[in-house]
Amino acid sequence: MNQFLQAITNGFSLAAIYALIALGFVIIYKSTQVFNFAQPALLLLGGYWVLYFGTVWGWPFEFAILAGAVFAAVTGIIIERTTLRPMVGKPVFAVAIVTIGLNTVITIIALDLMGVEIRQMGDPWGLKTVLIGGVTIAHRQIAAIVTVIVLVSLLLAFFKYSRMGLAMRAAAFDQEVALTQGVSVRSVFAISWAIAAVLALFGGIFLGSGIGFERSAAVSALKALPVVIVGGLDSITGALVGAVIVAQAEMLTATYQSQFAWLSWLGQGFSSVVPYLVMFIVLLFRPYGLFGTKEVERV
Amino acid sequence: MRYRPGLVADYQSDAAIFKSNVQRFWFSVLLVAVVVLGLGGTIPLIPGLVDFSLQTDLLLIGTTAMFASIGAIGLNIVTGYAGQVSLGHAFFLGIGAFTGALVGGVEVTRQVVDLDTGQFVEKTLVYGFGLDLIIWLPAAGLVAALMGLIVAPLAFRLRGLYLAFVTLGLVFLGEHVFREAKVVTGGVGVGRASGVPSLFGFRFDEPGEVFGVFLAKNQKLFFLGLGLLIVLGIAAKNMARSKVGRALAAVRDRDIAAEMMGIPLARYKMIAFVVSSFYAGVAGGLLFAVIGRVEPLSFNLLLSIEYIAMILIGGVATVSGSIMGAFFITFLPRIVKWLAGFWMFGFISDSPTGGFVNLAQMEQILFGGLIIMFLILEPLGFYGIWIRVRNYWKAWPFSY
Repeated sequence: MNQFLQAITNGFSLAAIYALIALGFVIIYKSTQVFNFAQPALLLLGGYWVLYFGTVWGWPFEFAILAGAVFAAVTGIIIERTTLRPMVGKPVFAVAIVTIGLNTVITIIALDLMGVEIRQMGDPWGLKTVLIGGVTIAHRQIAAIVTVIVLVSLLLAFFKYSRMGLAMRAAAFDQEVALTQGVSVRSVFAISWAIAAVLALFGGIFLGSGIGFERSAAVSALKALPVVIVGGLDSITGALVGAVIVAQAEMLTATYQSQFAWLSWLGQGFSSVVPYLVMFIVLLFRPYGLFGTKEVERV
Repeated sequence: MRYRPGLVADYQSDAAIFKSNVQRFWFSVLLVAVVVLGLGGTIPLIPGLVDFSLQTDLLLIGTTAMFASIGAIGLNIVTGYAGQVSLGHAFFLGIGAFTGALVGGVEVTRQVVDLDTGQFVEKTLVYGFGLDLIIWLPAAGLVAALMGLIVAPLAFRLRGLYLAFVTLGLVFLGEHVFREAKVVTGGVGVGRASGVPSLFGFRFDEPGEVFGVFLAKNQKLFFLGLGLLIVLGIAAKNMARSKVGRALAAVRDRDIAAEMMGIPLARYKMIAFVVSSFYAGVAGGLLFAVIGRVEPLSFNLLLSIEYIAMILIGGVATVSGSIMGAFFITFLPRIVKWLAGFWMFGFISDSPTGGFVNLAQMEQILFGGLIIMFLILEPLGFYGIWIRVRNYWKAWPFSY
């Protein structure tokens, strides 16, 4: 039982990280109709800014995050302005391929800045743990879950109550109509990219806190893709639910596979491909994900 | 018609592979040039000033490029002609490579001590049947095609980005399977010997005399590649200009409209996937026969993106574009190395650690950059550039 609870707890903290990255995908997709494959690269770059300010310049962690977030947001806006703006109106897939190209370029730059060694994030949580009801929870796991709850509430409030949030919802509904109603679609695009980049940065922080930040973070970030697909490309609820489903499936497999001999044929590290399997299964039954909007087709 | 080569008066001449005798002539010239290069000859580009010949290493890259072209044509069938975006090409290449290696490669055994009896027993580390090229090459293609057949039903239900993700997931699943199926793939970091390119006892991977001409190993493989590329390229071209090709184009342009016109979507999407995977399987089997070894981690997302780059840079939904793109991408490392020699590219370092970017990184940056540039500036790729240049000179000196 304890083992089960432990797996579930780990699953939730992993879900928190996936949710952060997935939310970035969904926000960009909803408001700009761009599927952003560059999210893993933004995560690497964002994580790097934080560890740079935190450990190289020795700033307090909170300031490092703040400065990193500013840098990340600016990076996001620059990317949108330089590479995605010329692609407005092009086929969705062509734009997605452009972001793959972007991902390659930014990843190389980020890895070059980071170097090959595992870098400490400079976070206050380290590897400290706390024992609650027989379940060991790391401080950073609690921090991740709390951060996600806070960030998601802030984002939802922003979308619901602020003027800009309303503009973003309008642009997500129909860009041209929003434009004619006086919404600055350009700033909607810019802000979406900025938000996504900052969310990716938080994902990077929690992937790297304690155990250290290195290039494999990009691989974990890529697993947010199945999360988005499972939840549905254009649903924030979907991203959160998908994150929980995918992360729990992954964690439970990681915990229990070694205990059953008849599962050993699946091979080592099987848990890391479980997200993709979950994605296949969900798509077979629901082609638009669990919460995605079904496309209405007109010829 | 004879004096009006540009005039197209019937469907047959519109769908012809060569639209005019001029095209046929230049294609023959190109073919002869490639054969001469393959035989180790020198071609004067500007007589007396610039010569061009393929040295041994360039020949090897050229051979690789030809096999890669076959793979790129395959991807272009499903993504270019049928419009079904596939990021899973690396998976099919891998299936082909490992099937080829299993059927045509050699078995590796090792003496191990049986812990129960204390005797030495023969233990198979990597299986291999060592069959002929005539068997393993079609097998590589067919097994990959079978995988395509299994994946195709997903494509009936999914469209656009969702399909791209499923095929992307395929790459990760494939990577896992390749990593774990050690008796077939040899395992990470070790790999295994690829299929032996030996046709009825004629070894393509060993130097020898053919029709009285001594050919090196690379030259033999070069001609194998050339032959297969011509056969498979023309087959693809023929498919594209037949009923199937027109149906695929209709599916690409608007699948619902195509269905309403009586094109069975499921069947044609399946055909696209199966044929594409067959090409990928053949290409995968041969690509690694050039090097002689296959390693499970080669078939990652990056390889898929490389092939996407080939068809995007070369030209979507064209056979010649696929070939141009494949050659460009395969020669890219060489081009980057050459660029690094100039002073203005001094920031590219040829050591793996020094400088701002090293060769491999610069190559990847160029990849990304070129994909972005071509999509924004020239969506038709090299093929589009070629058409524009051709039309310019056709009408020269008039600009219209």
